[in-house]
Formats: sequence, structure tokens, C-alpha cells
Amino acid sequence: MAEGRIIVSASPHVHSDRTSKRVMYDVLIALVPAFVISLYVFGLPALVLTSVAVISCIVFEAVIQKYLLKTEVTVSDGSALITGVLLAFNLPSSLPIWMIVVGSLVAIGIAKLSFGGLGNNIFNPALVGRVFLLVSFPAQMTNWPTPFENNMNMVDAVAGETTLGIIKEGLLYGETMTTLASQIPSVTDLLLGFTSGSAGEMSALALMLGGVYMLARKVITWHIPITILVTMGVMTGIFWLADPEQYANPMIHLLSGGAVLGAFYMATDLVTSPMTKKGMVIFAVGIAVITVVIRLFGAYPEGISFAILIMNAFVPLINSYFKPRRFGSKIKAKIV
Amino acid sequence: MILSIVDSTLLLGSIGTVAAGVLFLVSKRFYVYEDPMIAEVEEVLPAANCGGCGFPGCKAFAESLVKSDDISDLFCPVGGNDVMKEVSVLLGKEVAEKDPTVAVVLCQGACEVRPKTSLFQGPQSCAISALVFGGETDCQYGCLGFGDCVDVCDFDAMHMDEETGLPVINSDKCTSCGACVKACPREIIEMRPKNKRDLKVFVGCLNQDKAGIAKKACSVACIGCAKCEDICPKDAVIMKDNLAYIDPLICTLCRKCVEVCPTHSIIETNFPPKKVKVNKTENPNQAQA
Amino acid sequence: MLKTFPKGGIHPTENKITAAKAIKRLPVPKVVYVPIAQHIGIPSEIIVDRKDNVEIGQVIAKSGGYVSSNIHSPVAGTVTKLDMMVDSSGYKTQCIVIRTDQKNEANFQEPDFPLKREITMGQKEILQHISDSGIVGLGGATFPSHVKLDLKNDNKVDCLLINGVECEPYLTADHRLMLEKADEIIVGIQILMHALHIQEAVIGIENNKKDAIRVLKDAAAIDKRIKVAALRVKYPQGSEKQLIKAILKREVPIGGLPMDVGVIVHNVGTVFAIYQAVQHDRPLIERVVTVTGKKIENPSNFWVKIGTPINDLVEEVGGIPEGTRKVVNGGPMMGKALKNTDVPVTKGTSGILVISEEEASRQESKPCIRCSNCVFVCPMGLEPQLLMNLSEKGFYEKAKAEDILTCIECGSCSYVCPSHRPLLDYIRFGKSIVKKLETAKN
Repeated sequence: MAEGRIIVSASPHVHSDRTSKRVMYDVLIALVPAFVISLYVFGLPALVLTSVAVISCIVFEAVIQKYLLKTEVTVSDGSALITGVLLAFNLPSSLPIWMIVVGSLVAIGIAKLSFGGLGNNIFNPALVGRVFLLVSFPAQMTNWPTPFENNMNMVDAVAGETTLGIIKEGLLYGETMTTLASQIPSVTDLLLGFTSGSAGEMSALALMLGGVYMLARKVITWHIPITILVTMGVMTGIFWLADPEQYANPMIHLLSGGAVLGAFYMATDLVTSPMTKKGMVIFAVGIAVITVVIRLFGAYPEGISFAILIMNAFVPLINSYFKPRRFGSKIKAKIV
Repeated sequence: MILSIVDSTLLLGSIGTVAAGVLFLVSKRFYVYEDPMIAEVEEVLPAANCGGCGFPGCKAFAESLVKSDDISDLFCPVGGNDVMKEVSVLLGKEVAEKDPTVAVVLCQGACEVRPKTSLFQGPQSCAISALVFGGETDCQYGCLGFGDCVDVCDFDAMHMDEETGLPVINSDKCTSCGACVKACPREIIEMRPKNKRDLKVFVGCLNQDKAGIAKKACSVACIGCAKCEDICPKDAVIMKDNLAYIDPLICTLCRKCVEVCPTHSIIETNFPPKKVKVNKTENPNQAQA
Repeated sequence: MLKTFPKGGIHPTENKITAAKAIKRLPVPKVVYVPIAQHIGIPSEIIVDRKDNVEIGQVIAKSGGYVSSNIHSPVAGTVTKLDMMVDSSGYKTQCIVIRTDQKNEANFQEPDFPLKREITMGQKEILQHISDSGIVGLGGATFPSHVKLDLKNDNKVDCLLINGVECEPYLTADHRLMLEKADEIIVGIQILMHALHIQEAVIGIENNKKDAIRVLKDAAAIDKRIKVAALRVKYPQGSEKQLIKAILKREVPIGGLPMDVGVIVHNVGTVFAIYQAVQHDRPLIERVVTVTGKKIENPSNFWVKIGTPINDLVEEVGGIPEGTRKVVNGGPMMGKALKNTDVPVTKGTSGILVISEEEASRQESKPCIRCSNCVFVCPMGLEPQLLMNLSEKGFYEKAKAEDILTCIECGSCSYVCPSHRPLLDYIRFGKSIVKKLETAKN
């Protein structure tokens, strides 16, 4: 034998190539197209935003783990990095740097580490950070920067408001969808990302590209993102068909307000989503319904962050009730 | 504005009152009578909640003491005879009196005498590695060294010795609750009587293999030669399956077996060092000076 | 569309490096160590003494009860001692040590039995013969075959499934056996069908053994009742519950047996052993073993006598390669790692796998990221992550309620876990405690 002693362990004695590092890297690669678009649309501020978020998340995790919790520092697993990027993608690129740092502290320190670290958090850390900032600093969090201010000039840049924001306010003040049509970006613009919003949610197309990559690499399954988008489409479609003047076109709903970002990247967060396929579908339907309700009837123009956080709270319940069918059990679906 | 203050005060006040009333009624409706004796007995118990008595916690033990007519086979190992006497006085029932015991790790096959020939990979737990194989050494009866016993001790009486790879029991802190005995998958830990100076004599081995195989695996193994059985004046040594066992209830701690064991497998603890005999007739001049 | 089981499963790298190597005969060992516990159930009772001379095929240990098996001497020689030796369970067990008589020619003759198609024995005779010949399931489970074939009187078994799947990576013993002894296997199936009044038999083979599928289809052409089903390559297709689901679409109920859905499953190796026993009166004294590994000089398949020390097999393929850190008895997914190569080959040894330094070491276990990969691949519909948590924290009653006892220990969950968590270690532990608690209750 070699210098080391012969190894004895329980079976299995082989392992697949899949490691948690690979999973994290795949998610990062999937986020690259959206990052490129955000740089293109917002320029340097987007880079600053993302870097600050990433660095502060990593630093906070290392510091808290080493000095406060006195456990092993695990920043090399990449989860803090991803939280930083996703947090940045949910914020306007004009946000002051100190607020980004506060958001990172809340995301890592409160939403992740105080629950027990990787794998033990109930709520999506990036969304907790974002919602905290939204509630604490509503003015700065809704001050959407003008796209292309720092870049080459493009046409039809909308200043200061997101698509859904314009629609919500407009409808409140008695306008109809037809009169608002000139003020909101076209579907193509929404798809490609030439519009206003948080740094990552711009280009639905870039985000979907990343989503497809993650599906192909088997990092996520189709159940959550497709169900969310389909349910949202159906719900908003019903309202739109009933009254096209008071309700926006489902395509607008699907392509704006971070719906695609939320559906593919935030709701599918492995730790905070259900563990069975049935459960994932229920989870996704819940998110879609709550989002549409907030968007159409609530005070906020867009609500997917809140919807995801609310459904995160239900995930342990969903996991207990929607178990996979045991092989050899007669009932079709095992509902406990 | 004052009206709104009055309004809200009244509203919240009435909600509070109603809630208090509901709680009061519920506490009366669902009242559970508990014998006050149970609380008294619980006061007397050591509050270790270790499960050594066989009950889930001191409160449950107190309940059992109060409710059972005959408590002579109930015993709190942590509190010992003192606590049981107090319970007896409180309840007017007879209790058993037991000699104090202490946990003893019978395997003394440390790393340097029992070499490891394989490496276990997996959860570092004795119970789990026992499912896979007989341990990293060639003795499948000995201590596995992953410390399940240490983990389960509630009284901080055990720690793992890094050098020997064996658990060490602090006899002062050990309350004889029995948790470590249950946790060991090899049944290496045994309760033996504890005397005032904590003197112990026991066979530090559980190996049932034949002499040659046992010795090859561990140099301080019991090889079943039975020299200890032959020399014991009180017949306290039992030989079974190539292994010697000293019955602590018969043993008088004379230590003749310790001297005669060829592999030094029998262990004596806490005895004072043997005095060296001085031969008086060797130097007659010394007595004069 | 190839048939497969719908729930779970993984696709480990096949590494069937010995698939093209014809089975060679391993030289007769100088000493054989025959353990008495080679099967599920009660260990056999030794009926020989030291210094006894034994013949090939002589019963040296008889069945210790109903769920037990006879053990026969694989060589002609002298019993030198009855000793405790470590076997593949990692613990010592009683072994009969026989020194081969080098002068007895019977030991060195290659048994060459011509194909015998005619079945002359009656039903009861066949079953008794299988029991007397010490035949146990050679797929690895080593369940005494006569117990499996003991149909209670009004049982409706309508189909016999033959397991030629060999889903474990690296192993090719069954594959070679199907290629080289196809006709004998068909006769073996006919013997079983005759003994049990069964009218239908299907041989399940994974699609990575296309040559075996073809050969068996040709061999089965003489009997319309026997069909061959090609199955999609997916682990653990070879598990009998998954096999029944894939071929017949029937699910064995929780806590039940294949008999409950009218099926009996036997490994091709067992069927061949049954053929040998019934047609040529040869008890189970040898089996095919694959000796393999990426760094092995000459990986091969061998006919090996029961009781041969694994060391002999390893020497025959070129010795232990440098940098070996693990020797596995069986396949990489369900095999048992050995402490040393003195362990003898038993009835359940289907392969010896030698793993080198790079692949042998387990990686460090990290916290669970709840990716649910383990849930997706579990073929029994369990939740390994939950079961590991419950076992680790001591919630054994809840683990039982979560059907921990239905786990088939295939290892798919540990295989896919990206955090390298020891899922199966804890599930096995939980199962052992739950079983203990169950027997304590009854």
C-alpha cells in the first residue's frame, strides 16, 4: 500500500463531479449576461454597486464568523459572493455606498449568519437586505437612475421611475393604459434592458439566458421559474382581458419589476426553496399570486421581493406536507 | 384629537380585559392538579436531568417516587445514598442503599501499544464506525477512539486523551449516571465500586482472540494465560473466551495479579508507590553510628 | 423506448474495463478459508473437525435453520483448523480452513460439463436439490434461494424475472457469464419455471451489454415463454424492486416482497448455479469474480473457488498497484471496503475493486445547502437529507415514520450530494437503531 494507511469507509466509494463550489460558480456564470447589460446601461455606478456589495458581504461574513461566532471562516464556498451579487442586482445603481454596506450587513449578518449560516437560513438573504433598505430608505431606494446617463446616448430613456411605477401612479391619477403607452418602454426595450430599474433586473433576455444555463447545468429545475411566470401571466392576463385600460398587458408584467430576476435567481435559491417538486410548484404559485395582488391592488408598484419572502416563511410547512411519493405506497401523492 | 386618544385607550383597554378574562377562565377550566409533594421531592433531587435514574428528567423521577408505593428499586445515581435518604424521610417510604460506583474504561490499548492499521473515513462517531468494521486497529474489541462517550457525558467528567486515543474519566466528577456505558458500542465502559481512595484493580482488556492474535494486535492485551486466576487468593478472577475478568465485589485489591500478568494487562490505579524494602543485616556498622 | 424505473436514479461512470475479458480460471489456492456466515440468516453449523479429509463438494457446514444454507468444500484436502478470521463485514467470523491436497488431481481438473437440456427431476426434487446444494442469491444479497423459491401454497406468482442488469460500475461478472453460458442459463430458467409452475420469464439486461442481449435473445429463441428486455442504463436498475417496476410496471408494496406482486427475481449467476446443481449435481463451490481497478495491470474476470483469499486474486492480476488506498469487495456503490487482502472470497463476492489514492479519499463534509439532489435521485421516494438529520439528532421514531426502513442503501444520495455529506452512513445508523427499537418492542 501507499504510505498512508488503507482507507475503510462505508459505501458508496465513488462520488459524482458535482460539488457545492461548482454549483456556486454555475450561478455566477449565469449572472454574467445580466451584469454585462447593467454595466452597459448604467456604467460605472453599476460596477461600484456590485463590487461594494460583494466585498462587504464577504468581509462581514469573515469578520462575524471569526470574531463574533468564533467558528470556521467559510467565505471560500462562494455563497457570500453570490449574495453580494444578487443584492446588488436588486438595488438602484445610484444608491449611496454606505447604504449598500448596511444592506450587506443585514443580508449576511441577520438573514444568514444569525440563523445558523449556510443552509440554515429561512429567508433569502439578498431579499432581506433589499427589503430592509427599501423600508428604511424609501426615497433613495426608489430613486431610479437614468439609464445611459454615463454611457453613449440612447433613445427614450425614462428618467427616475420604473415602468411599473409609472403605470401605478398613472392609473392612480386617472390615466388609462392607452394614455400611458407613450411613457412606458416597449416590450423590446424591456426585453433587452433599455429601461430603468434596479441594476440586475434590466434585461429579461440576459437573465433568461442565465436561467437557461442554470437549467442545463441542473443547478435549478424548471418548476419554480416557469410556474411563477406562467401563473403571473395567466393572472395578469385575466385582469387585462377584463379591462385593458386599467390593467397592464401581461407581457409588461412579466418583463419588468424584477419578475424574471426573482423567478430565476431569487425564488430558486436552493436553501430557501422547497425540497420536492410538488412543493416547488405550490411555492411558485404562492409567489406569483402574492406578487400580482401587490402589483395590482397593493401600495407598492412591484411586489416580488415581498412575495418571495412571505413564501419563504411557508417553506418548512410545504416541506412537511408535500413529500415525494414513497415507492410502494398506494396513494398517488403523499399528503401527510 | 383627544377623542381619538380616548377611543384608542378604551378599545385597547377592553381588548386587554377580555383577553385577561379568557386566560383566567381557561386556566381554571384546564387546571391540572399536581401533588405538592412532587415539587418538594424535586427540590431535594440534584437537578442534573441526566436520565441516570431511567426517567426523563428529575421532575419525572420525582413524580414516579411520589406515585409508586414501593420505591426500593428506584435510585438516583447522581445524588446517591444521601439524596435517597432525604427522599425516604420526606415520603416515609423505604429506599435502597447502594454502594457508590464509578465508570471505568476497561480497554487500555493506547495508540502506542495498539497500532492502527487502517484509516476510517466518515462521521467520526464510534457508533457509526462500528457499523462499518471492527475499528482502525487489529483488535475489534477495543476502544474505537471517536469519543461518543465523551460527547454524551453531562457532567464534564470525561475527555479524550490526544496521545493515547482513549477516554479518561475523572472519578471525582463522575456521578455514575450510566450515559457513557450506554453510548459505547463495544461495551468497554463498566461501573465498578468506588472506594474512599479510589483504588481500582481491573483487567484493562476485552480481547477474546487467542493469545498470539491478541498480542499481535495490542502489546498489553490479555492473552488468556490464566496466571492471574491461578494466583488470586480469593478466586476473584473469571476466565472466559481467552479473557480474564476481575469481579470487583470479591476482589480485595491485594494486587498479586498485577505483578504476575505477563503483558501488564491488569491495571491498578491510585495506589501509593510500593515502599522499597531495606535489608537491616547488610551493614552492621550503621546501627552503631 | 427502453424500459426503466421512473423514480430517481443516477448515471455513474460505467468503467466496465473488463467487459471484453473472457472468464479465466484462477489457479486453485493452496489454502481456502470458508466462513460459516456467507448468507443472510442463521450461520451454518460446522460438521467437520480438524484433521478431517474432505472431498470437493462435500458438505462441511450444514444449514443452521430455515433461513440458512449448506456450505460445501471447494477443494479436496484436509481441514487444518477452525479459526476466527476477518471477513468482508469487517468483523471476525468462524472459518473452516482447508489445505488443498496438491496431489489430488480432482483439484486441478477443469470441470467441463456438456450442456444438458433435458430436465428429469420433479418439482419437489428440484427445490430440495437447490436447498441441498447451498445455493444463495449470487447478486450480492446472498439470500438462501430455497427460501425465496418456497411459495406458500396459494401464492400467485406468474412471472420469473432474471436479473442480468449488473448496474454497478466496474463489475462485469454477470455480463461475461451471460455471454459464455447463455444456453445453460436458459436451461436454468426452464428448470425454475418447471419447479414453480410459472409460464412467463423475462431476462432484464442493461443496454450497455448489447452483445449479451443479442446472445441471450438467440439462446432464448427455443422457448417462447422466455423473453429478453433491454433496459435503460441507470443505477440502481439492478435492485429487484426497481427491476420489477421497469419490466412489469408493478410496485412491491412497502414492507412487502416481490411475491406480493406475483414475481420472483433471481440473478443470472444464481440461475447458472441452479443449472449446475440440478443438471450436474454440482453444489455451489465457485463463482465468477471481476478483479478490476484503473491502475490494475491486468484486470480480469475469474472463476474463483469459495474461500480463496483475495490476495491470490490480486496477485494474479499483477499485484497491488502502487498508490492503492482502498480495496472494495463488490462494486463502488454498494461494496464493502476491506481492511486487508487476507479476507476470503465468499458466495456474495461479485468483484474486487482496487482504488487508488486520488479517488479513494472522501472529501470534507460541508453543511447541507438543501439543493434536494438527494431527494430527486432516491429511487424509493425518500428524503435522505431529512433522514440523516433525524438519525443524527436521535429522532428515531420520526425516522421510522418517514419510512427509513424502506431505504435500499443504494448510495445514490451520497453519490450526488454536492456538499459530500455522509448521508448513507447516518441513514444506515438510523436504520440499525430503529430495527433495534422495533425488536425491543416485540
